[in-house]
Amino acid sequence: MIIKRLLMSVAALALSTGLAHAQFSDGKVKIGVLTDLSGTYSDLAGQGNIVAAQMAAEDAGGKINGMPIEIVSADHQNKADIASAIARKWYENEGVDAIADLVTTAAARAVREISKEKGKIDLISGAASLPLTNDWCSPTGFHWTYDNFATGAGTAASVTKQGGSSWFFLTADYAFGHDLQAQSERAIKANGGEIKGGVRHPFPNADFSSFLLQAQASGAKIIGLANAGADTINAIKQAKEFGITKSQNLVGLLIFITDIHSLGLETAQGMMLTTGFYWDIDDQTRAFAKRFAAKMNGRMPSMIQAGVYSAVSHYLKSIQAAKTDEGVKVADKMRELPIKDFFAKNGKLRPNGRMVHDMYLAQVKTPAESKGPWDYYKILRTIPGDEAFQPLSENTCPLVKK
Amino acid sequence: MNQKAIPVRNRAMTPQRLLVLALLLLALAAPFGIYPIFLMKGLCFALFAAAFNLLLGYVGLLSFGHAMFFGFASYVTAHAAKEWGFSPELAILAGVATAAALGLVTGWLAIRRSGIYFAMVTLAFSQMMFFVAIQAPFTHGEDGIQGVPRGHLLGFIDLNDSLAMYYFVLAVFVASLLFIHRIVTSPFGQVLKAIRDNEPRAISLGYEVERYKLLAFVLSAALAGLAGSMKSVVFQLASLADVHWHASGEVVLMTLLGGVGTVFGPTVGAFLVVAIQNYLSETGSWVTIIQGVIFILCVLMFRRGMAGMLGPMMKKRGIDV
Repeated sequence: MIIKRLLMSVAALALSTGLAHAQFSDGKVKIGVLTDLSGTYSDLAGQGNIVAAQMAAEDAGGKINGMPIEIVSADHQNKADIASAIARKWYENEGVDAIADLVTTAAARAVREISKEKGKIDLISGAASLPLTNDWCSPTGFHWTYDNFATGAGTAASVTKQGGSSWFFLTADYAFGHDLQAQSERAIKANGGEIKGGVRHPFPNADFSSFLLQAQASGAKIIGLANAGADTINAIKQAKEFGITKSQNLVGLLIFITDIHSLGLETAQGMMLTTGFYWDIDDQTRAFAKRFAAKMNGRMPSMIQAGVYSAVSHYLKSIQAAKTDEGVKVADKMRELPIKDFFAKNGKLRPNGRMVHDMYLAQVKTPAESKGPWDYYKILRTIPGDEAFQPLSENTCPLVKK
Repeated sequence: MNQKAIPVRNRAMTPQRLLVLALLLLALAAPFGIYPIFLMKGLCFALFAAAFNLLLGYVGLLSFGHAMFFGFASYVTAHAAKEWGFSPELAILAGVATAAALGLVTGWLAIRRSGIYFAMVTLAFSQMMFFVAIQAPFTHGEDGIQGVPRGHLLGFIDLNDSLAMYYFVLAVFVASLLFIHRIVTSPFGQVLKAIRDNEPRAISLGYEVERYKLLAFVLSAALAGLAGSMKSVVFQLASLADVHWHASGEVVLMTLLGGVGTVFGPTVGAFLVVAIQNYLSETGSWVTIIQGVIFILCVLMFRRGMAGMLGPMMKKRGIDV
């Protein structure tokens, strides 16, 4: 009997607390920056993304329609399971309205699934894989800065046109690497180049010697690096130590300015790359970079970090215009409003969540050309957004009406 | 109640039973105060640690490859639920069956050795399975299997409701713990302990030691698989992290922190480790350092683990745990 009574009172207690626990809008706009704070991508994303998001919140005046803006952050360690656990906790328990950055495709995809299910906004800047705006697209999901089509295909096409006719790939063995290789191969073949083969390396990886030897043995003119961050840096440094760079050229298919900074111009000079942002384009970009650098010990923003600023600030503007922080309505407003800031002069959001803006084809300066730290790129060409990104006619996202 | 049906059993509320009852009530009420997903993660790892403890605590075999059962069962469950449209209970059963089969094969080979060699053989198998998990197309490598549907339990309980999911996990957990308790208190369990304490004597008494060890290994593997399968349903995700040797190491840590060879030790240890990971995740890579420091303190100060230390303390006050 005692047990029965106890059970009943516990059940009653449980019910009453359950009622008191009902979810309500918390009168706050809360944005979570979920990124790699300790691993391979912490340099090109990481702390800089948190700073960029905070700058966007500050520039919006710290509040919208009287609701304070709050930025929280966490380290997903590039792991899908950690990312999904944090995203769930944020959405279900801590009233987070949107999650920004999401570098690493596996983590981005995990959070994309949860955001879609819960009708919350994701502002992907760091992840690169094209399926994010194709098969995995979401009505409340956005892909801001670049993707493998824009950087990989852009760079591969330019290099092939300039005589890099045969390629061998060093590919990070997960969705991002596979996708980057596939996009690049398409561009190479379209420009008459030849694929000699490829090898996949684990992610993250420190020792590239055996992979580099295979690349050397292939006899390809170009070794394409379908990886990113510290993996790219390690591969380039080790290739130089092996003397491979004397007979073959290394091309990073996704290069960030922070990578160049780590490599040094001596090693990186002459490299071609496609980027969504460079700090030294005009007065607006320089002004942003100067403010950013002041908070980051003089480090200039990578395209991912600048993209986080642009995405968060467009999100905040759209909340103001839509007068609600309800995910689906804000997402509609985001697609409606044009994007005009230092990052995207004439940006627009497609139905599949792709933010289309101009990209830049750049070449790394020689040490003689550079005037100092962070003066690294010569912009060879501005690639108009519609040319840089995947045409909608090839898109497989169900949200795109054909 | 029919008194005749229970002839000599003592129905009095011993302190021990009260403790179990209190814990159970606490577990029933917990999701209203604490985030359910965190609790479910804790329960899954607690079951994983309990399964591991069955082998280490009661047979004295230190397996360093239990992640392969945990992780592979979670892949199979996720794949079955997502690609083949299995209902959650069938998907979980498929995961458990896979883990048991894997346990049978690896156990059959591994139990021929003991001590460090046993640990190395299990580690080697686990690394092989890790490689399979990276390369096999159905696991989707670094991405894992994502967006696994939770589905409806037995066709009518909607597991997308996190409370329903929690009580399901709790029920499975309690049932598994009772099952483990039944195993270790049965004559079979007594033989296992005899093997642990003095294997040559057990052999000389006429027991076929290898059979007992193998059965214990398969049971442990299946229960570890059950934990992994539930985790993939809870998180709707199966990833490389669960087959990685880190997971094998973590379960050793949980069991040692909680107390080897105790019923509740692994649960205490699992919740401790999961809580550290959960509440300190903002500190990033510091988590592992904090874990290490706690581990060192535990080994230095209470060598029998948290629950292992609590037992004698309560015994002193007349409470038998």
